[in-house]
Amino acid sequence: MNGFVRHRASRRVIATFTGFEADLLRSLASQMVELLRNERAETHVPDDPFDAMVAEFSGAATIPDDPVLARLFPTAYPEDEDAAADFRRFTEGRLRDGKAAAAGLIIDTLEEAGLPPELTEDGLMIDVELEEPDAEAWLSAFTDIRLALATRLGVEADDEDYWMSLPDEDPRAQAHDIYDWVGYLQETLVEALND
Amino acid sequence: MGRVSAPSPVEVDPSLLDEEMTRADKPWVTLVWDDPVNLMSYVSYVFQKYFGYDKSKAERLMLQVHNEGKTVVSSGTREEMERDVQAMHEYGLWATMERSG
Repeated sequence: MNGFVRHRASRRVIATFTGFEADLLRSLASQMVELLRNERAETHVPDDPFDAMVAEFSGAATIPDDPVLARLFPTAYPEDEDAAADFRRFTEGRLRDGKAAAAGLIIDTLEEAGLPPELTEDGLMIDVELEEPDAEAWLSAFTDIRLALATRLGVEADDEDYWMSLPDEDPRAQAHDIYDWVGYLQETLVEALND
Repeated sequence: MGRVSAPSPVEVDPSLLDEEMTRADKPWVTLVWDDPVNLMSYVSYVFQKYFGYDKSKAERLMLQVHNEGKTVVSSGTREEMERDVQAMHEYGLWATMERSG
């Protein structure tokens, strides 16, 4: 596991993942897509055709119930409820689509690079080569994945000792290891883009 | 949309004009808030990439967010700040907007 580097000649950003790592990334990205798509599907569609049409054109106006979504789509106007609702109505749908597309790009890239639908083969290596715009989409998706994991885990500033103190078999410790790993990947990706 | 009206011949002290104009042009600010998740290198990258700030300005703003809990990253019209806040949310930063004080 070496993270991302900038390839000198092609200027692409490249990384090599084990099959296990690529499968894990795909799983994290899939969960993100599902989260972003699902709650929208639950949005109540009014029976009246006109109301339904209006509902389709304007997004939700209230803070999402899921704390991950509430973190991904913060309230833009903390002291003005009406303006905050308008902002959310006009931006949240587009933000969701963009974030889902970025996570979807991770899945597509890994599968195009040879990750099979079910990981069975030992010793499989997945080489990823990203043009700059795609690398930026990966970077944003890493942020969303880290925000989601951190929100679920309750990560706080300077809490490394706490996570280190958990026994290895604690599922929260394992999830925190994944959070750290995605953070490492993101750090190398920022460095590669700055290179 | 606004009505068209004839310009009124108001005398203005030219020394006041620039400052007043600037303030009237930039009545809103975008704030970015500290969170325990986003990497310092990433926040600095976003400020350079989106706002076009040079590395030293981006890092100074990033450190202000980190050390003071929040900082103003841009100012302008309400529409401009809504664009900036939306962009920060695209990048996963925690941003809000308010009238400049």
